[in-house]
Amino acid sequence: MAVKVTAAPQTAPAASIQPISSDLEVHIRKRFPNPEGSFNLNVHFRALAGFTIVFGASGAGKTTLLDCIAGLSDPDDGRIAVGGQDLYDSEKKRNVAAWKRRIGYVHQDLALFPHLTAEENVAYGLHRLSAEERQTRSREMLDAFRIDHVRDRRPAQISGGERQRVALARALVTEPRALMLDEPLAALDRPTKSSLVGDLRKWNQHHRVPILFVTHNGEEVFALGDEVIVLDAGRIVAQGQPHEVMHAPRLETVAHLSGFENIFDATVLGLHEARGTMTCRLGSSEVELETPLVRAEVGSRLRVGVRAGDLLLATIDPHGLSARNVLPGTIRRLVQRDVIVSAMVDCSGTEFEVHVTLAARDALQLVPGKGVWVVVKTHSCHLLGM
Amino acid sequence: MNWEAFWLTVRLAAIVSTLLIAIGIPIAYWLTYSRWRWKFLVEAAVALPIVLPPTVLGFYVLVALGSRSPLGRWWESLTGHTLAFTFEGLVIGSLLYSLPFAVQPFAASFGAVDPKLLGASASLGHSPVQTFRRIVLPLSKAGLVTGFALSFAHTLGEFGVVLMVGGNIPGVTRTISIDIYDQVQIANYSSANQTALLLLVISFVVLSVVYGLNRRPWVVGPWR
Repeated sequence: MAVKVTAAPQTAPAASIQPISSDLEVHIRKRFPNPEGSFNLNVHFRALAGFTIVFGASGAGKTTLLDCIAGLSDPDDGRIAVGGQDLYDSEKKRNVAAWKRRIGYVHQDLALFPHLTAEENVAYGLHRLSAEERQTRSREMLDAFRIDHVRDRRPAQISGGERQRVALARALVTEPRALMLDEPLAALDRPTKSSLVGDLRKWNQHHRVPILFVTHNGEEVFALGDEVIVLDAGRIVAQGQPHEVMHAPRLETVAHLSGFENIFDATVLGLHEARGTMTCRLGSSEVELETPLVRAEVGSRLRVGVRAGDLLLATIDPHGLSARNVLPGTIRRLVQRDVIVSAMVDCSGTEFEVHVTLAARDALQLVPGKGVWVVVKTHSCHLLGM
Repeated sequence: MNWEAFWLTVRLAAIVSTLLIAIGIPIAYWLTYSRWRWKFLVEAAVALPIVLPPTVLGFYVLVALGSRSPLGRWWESLTGHTLAFTFEGLVIGSLLYSLPFAVQPFAASFGAVDPKLLGASASLGHSPVQTFRRIVLPLSKAGLVTGFALSFAHTLGEFGVVLMVGGNIPGVTRTISIDIYDQVQIANYSSANQTALLLLVISFVVLSVVYGLNRRPWVVGPWR
């Protein structure tokens, strides 16, 4: 159902805008096309002041969600409100035009105006102010984001990190009621990322607005998030604090995204309620794992996720370990990625991916064909919903 | 060489291409951003002068300007004479004749502006019209110059419409292409040759400017 644009409340002149703490409420549905056909974005959440991470694979609907909130795309129905004020309400036939919403939006491609200098870009949203005040405010912002030295250059003439800063400064200087950031750090190296995040945090300490931060990078979730929303195929599949959602991922989509290299089908063989554990057989193999106890019955099938970095390798049969699972196997392949070596170990028909350091590979003389033991702590086994 | 006809033609082309900037921009804006389902009909109508024989266009313009049409009568009541066979009539005919040569480059360059920039501008509180003025127009300079130059060159060389609407009145409606025709009719080939060569050179220079300009990457264009 399309909703016509209706008159919006007169926005206050930018000069008199006071920082307001305001929640962002989103409850919308939208059918949108995707390379695999079309599917429905169907989300309902409330974002408080501070960072809310929107996490999900590409095509999960993250950008569509942000576009709907910013008013660049219309939902099919539902309601979007910020600070209790409706931006969109299909029942009330209300749809505030994007340019009247005061929602800051930093697009993935930044969308800097190529014909304007860095300073003109930053000052662009201050068009309702006097020339003098416009300059004062944009200079302050350029300074706060440490891009004053490139203010007379155009986007094509500055570095990627500087462009990112210009894009953020341009959105923030208008003092938006909420901020949409679509993977704004994707193209940056780590030091640049963390200094930018620091500047962003500092800014939001004063302004206290909801910031929706889209990423598909698990690290950024921990670095930034007060709250994380996991989107998959247009639906929210998990929501909570980063350590809850990311470290105990009960859903397979979250598991893949948060870096579970090993995901196995498993059958419950026995429950040990007194010890808080249970025994599972992996796939159709003979491999048995002791895992944390979950509500399950003997014989039921579930999935186990294990991070490659949580596994140990031993070249002699280890004794006296607290870890309950010691599985003999053979190294099939070794793949070096950066400073991490991925060892693919075959344990009686089940293949584990184990991450070791270069030093460990050399000290243990790991080569394909070598016999090893894979050590799995019970609590490194995460049981995932099917 | 008939300098009177030459300057008349240049004046006509300059007036027409300048007016077409003012008329063409709103039409191109509408063609670029309208989501009306019957938009293609308007697109076809705007493009019509490209394929229509100039005599056909000229005939209808002549009828429309004549004293039997409302426009012709209105003009006659205002000025005391008809639009047909006047310089003003020539301007109106040429506007229609060269319209697609202005509108199409305009619309193409408006459409080439990244929609994300329009979204960014909206998020920064600019209305669609403000966005058009501050983002779309500056980024479409090459298209605007192209449209201006093409409609100028196209008007410079028109023949059929001029003959139908303006006739052949020296100093009023006799343009260079008609002058060339006249010279050939009286077997004055050397004069015809001079004028034709001049028209050829001007057209080539204008088109060179158009293509030279469009080769430049507009992202960091020569303007500031």
